[in-house]
Amino acid sequence: MDELVTLNRRELLKTTTGLLTGWVVAGSPLALIAPGRAWAVDLATLTSSEGATLMSLARTIAPHDKLDDAAYALVVQAIDSDAAKDAGTHKMIQEGLAALRADFTVIPETERVAALKEIESSTFFQTMRLKTLQVLYSSPIAYAHFGYEGEAYSKGGYLFRGFNDLRWLPEVPVEDSGPLPEGA
Amino acid sequence: MARIEFQDESAVVIIGSGAGGGTLAHELTTRGIKVVVLEAGKRQSTASFSQVPGAAFLQLTWLDPRTQSGNWGVAKNFPTLPVWHCKTVGGTTVHWTAATPRFEPWELQARTMYGNIPGTSLIDWPISYDELKAYYLLAERRLGVTRRNGVPGLPASNNFKVMYAGAKKLGYKRVHTGHMAINSRPFDGRASCIQQGFCVQGCKMGAKWSTLYTSIPRAEATGNLDLRIECTATRIEHGDNGQVNAVIYRDAEGREQRQKARIVCVAGNGIETPRLLLLSESSRFPQGLANSSGQVGRNYCHQIIGFVWGIFDKPVSSWRGATLAGVIEDEVKNDSARGFVGGYRMELCTLDLPTFPLVGLQYGWGRDFASILENYRNIAGMLINGEDMPRAENRITLNHDVKDSFGLPVANVHVDEHPNDQAMRKHAQTQMSRMYEAVGAKRVVLGPVPPATHNTCSARMSADLREGVANAWGQTHDIKNLFISDGSALPTAGSANPTLTIVALALRQAEYISREMKARRV
Repeated sequence: MDELVTLNRRELLKTTTGLLTGWVVAGSPLALIAPGRAWAVDLATLTSSEGATLMSLARTIAPHDKLDDAAYALVVQAIDSDAAKDAGTHKMIQEGLAALRADFTVIPETERVAALKEIESSTFFQTMRLKTLQVLYSSPIAYAHFGYEGEAYSKGGYLFRGFNDLRWLPEVPVEDSGPLPEGA
Repeated sequence: MARIEFQDESAVVIIGSGAGGGTLAHELTTRGIKVVVLEAGKRQSTASFSQVPGAAFLQLTWLDPRTQSGNWGVAKNFPTLPVWHCKTVGGTTVHWTAATPRFEPWELQARTMYGNIPGTSLIDWPISYDELKAYYLLAERRLGVTRRNGVPGLPASNNFKVMYAGAKKLGYKRVHTGHMAINSRPFDGRASCIQQGFCVQGCKMGAKWSTLYTSIPRAEATGNLDLRIECTATRIEHGDNGQVNAVIYRDAEGREQRQKARIVCVAGNGIETPRLLLLSESSRFPQGLANSSGQVGRNYCHQIIGFVWGIFDKPVSSWRGATLAGVIEDEVKNDSARGFVGGYRMELCTLDLPTFPLVGLQYGWGRDFASILENYRNIAGMLINGEDMPRAENRITLNHDVKDSFGLPVANVHVDEHPNDQAMRKHAQTQMSRMYEAVGAKRVVLGPVPPATHNTCSARMSADLREGVANAWGQTHDIKNLFISDGSALPTAGSANPTLTIVALALRQAEYISREMKARRV
């Protein structure tokens, strides 16, 4: 849950760079694990407007309607972090965003998809696609949304936590499987 | 642990500490032979294994640059990562999924069984199954392989229940939780499997066999092993007599070092082993070491691997449980009625959520792509593990246009798939799709060809000096004190996951080296 530290409720900071803020949707899985209802992500290099466009871009690349904006904000934060580390990357992202239609964040999804299809082979799009997939599904917010339980060593594995709890198909005969370890 | 002097000419130098190198080091040191192991990676432990999938990948994987070419799917989907193996003490036995089937007897006679297939460089093994079998039995006891020697199988996971039900609907008979080097009960001082599902991240229980916490510490305990970590071999040198006599390497500080050697054994996995032989070219051996046949780097095999995912309307939670603990062996046969030669296994598989969209799915984005992820908890998975055809032009070469951090040319991996490979993959994907549909899958998704994990045959053993690099003991045809000690030495790929065979061959090679040293023939 380390990532959530950066999503903690905080006062709006006076800053020259961008800031993405939002509210956790009541009843979403994030509401169960988030420490507060409001979240905010500082941007080191990109502007708030650029951040908002990237958010829309990430939602078009990997649309999960019920996945909280906070999960997508982590993608934006990672892209911003890459831009902060390398001037060439920063320029590539700025130019890529500038080349999108000005109304990208407000047009319907079908039009956003069409706009991205036109630039699909560009370094900008391919970098954004990969970064989105790398970051979006790696956060505790995503784990909660998709029902993924992650590492289990710290909890004694899945041996006692449902590794064989599927009941909608027949059990496997013992000769083709094996005995549970003692105590299981 | 021993400290062997740089000038000591009596040591065996082994390059790599995985299934081949780690096993060989253990066998030789217990016989009183002094061994230096050069391992390019760092040393982790069950305590230090990361439990964050992305971080674990970075912690264990060989990430030095490589290039690739050819028509195989990996070049398109994973242009910067043609192969996926480890750079760490224990080598790829740290991240492997521990399936340990044997080759079938007929798979050792691929050329005889399959005939003269155009566009292939098939050969028969220079070893009979009966010769190999004794070492399989020994390897299975060492690794504690399930369903052998009275060791119970692993219990069935949710993911396996789906596979099993589908397989039975199609009439498959040889379906079980696999021959696995994962403890189904405490064995050899290691705990039993608690079904973490994190085999690939390094088993924090040590329930999965790895040389990292078996062979290597035991070799160290003999007092005969000098294990040098973060030491990357860059060149093998030879003397005027044409025998190898030293290994040049870069140590952890990047300093060049030179270790003298009586014998050198190369066990750097199927890419780095031929690369090192090629990098060691000299005026006497202008094509690289042990390469008078021109076969070093050629005939590279990687097995036919590919995921098939079944999406159901009920939960599977496939991530809970040993990653690969399930197999269907009915298609491990040579039956030309299927339209291809050679056999394949179907093996259970699951990928953690962060890895799944990056490795498990074909390139994509948008609604359809996301809808697969949306069903993550309802997905069951399998993969094909089949024999690919060796081809002379499927090969590891030096790419002089791209250099590693030491300024040396990187390996280029070239693979053009043979029509037999494609026919086999299609057959397997059809069978796996039918299995999932038979038990109610609402959709079946075919995954990409992932980065190769079973890198073999690139410095192969052969009876005919012109057809390979080494003899039946992995001793190179050209240089008597130079050995191939990893999967590179396999003559053909077969349909079995390679590690058990690599271990068996290393056990056999250790006996041979020990015998030849005593007789002063090497």
